[in-house]
Amino acid sequence: MGCGRVGATLAGMLTTEGHEVTILDTRADSFRRLPTGFNGKKHIGNGIDQDVLARIGVGDADAFIAVTQGDNRNVMATQMAKHIFGVKRALCRIYDPIREEMYRDLGLETISPTIIGATMLRDQLNAQHSEEGG
Amino acid sequence: MYVIVVGGGKVGYYLAREILREGHEVLVIEQDASKCERIAEELGDVVLRGDGCEATTMEVAGFGRADMAIAVTGDDEDNLVSCQVAKAMFNVPRTVARLNNPKNQEIFRLLGIDTTVSATAAILAQIEQELPTHIVIPLIKLAGGLELVGVKVPAEAGVVGKRVRDLLLPHGSLIPLIVGQDGAPRIPTGDTTVQAEDEIVAVTSTENEEALRIIMTQP
Repeated sequence: MGCGRVGATLAGMLTTEGHEVTILDTRADSFRRLPTGFNGKKHIGNGIDQDVLARIGVGDADAFIAVTQGDNRNVMATQMAKHIFGVKRALCRIYDPIREEMYRDLGLETISPTIIGATMLRDQLNAQHSEEGG
Repeated sequence: MYVIVVGGGKVGYYLAREILREGHEVLVIEQDASKCERIAEELGDVVLRGDGCEATTMEVAGFGRADMAIAVTGDDEDNLVSCQVAKAMFNVPRTVARLNNPKNQEIFRLLGIDTTVSATAAILAQIEQELPTHIVIPLIKLAGGLELVGVKVPAEAGVVGKRVRDLLLPHGSLIPLIVGQDGAPRIPTGDTTVQAEDEIVAVTSTENEEALRIIMTQP
């Protein structure tokens, strides 16, 4: 759910690995970001609408991943996938580290790019620094 | 009682005003500066500008001592998350969420939101009271001015308990199928009896639709 840079790239990776992928976005022009080799299904619709999730077959999915720009949209859609449609793996991107931790405690598989990005930049900076220092 | 209202649009504003009038302490959280200004002008110092789903703002707002959190923004995802954070991180005893999409009632309930309120559902309930519940639904148009229709038999209808052969159907009408309340279809013979809440599937002419409806539904 969400065909932004991350969603499109991830969808491309997963199809290349041989998985069956469906991508959902509210805007048709978002699909231009998909790599040329993408052979999965594309659906236009709002992922926090139960009817939309049912229509695109979320109930049959092994995993659901929400990567829209909205933390709350991601959280709501992922919880619907998990609790209404019984999807086993429900992954969700949450920028806000506090909410990320909270929803991890509530049983979602969450990723906060804020913490990951900041940590990687810090590590990169420190590595450079110690190279110069040594 | 200390009540926090998340969302300072029209619903949030009037809600806060009424809660104040009842003599309770209230705080509205709203992101939009001009809405905050309007609330402050009209209701006084009862508004905090910020994101009502963000823990740091919620801490400043005093969610930790709130008796009730009511999320009434125009976005269900924001109302859901605000209530979930209020419960999980601040142990707010009672959370109420406004639903914009009435279908979200199920997921909100599953996720522990205490109360949901949907204007859409309330208005729909009013409309349904006004509409006749037992109407003839056209299913398929057939040749020769005939059509296949469905009509539900209310429990109080006079036809309940009657055999199909005793029904005074409009001229040229017949009943090829009856679907019971449990969804089980019956191919009726003359001896089949009509039961309450049966869905009668009938072939009739367009001009006899109303006559069929009266026969099948009147007490």
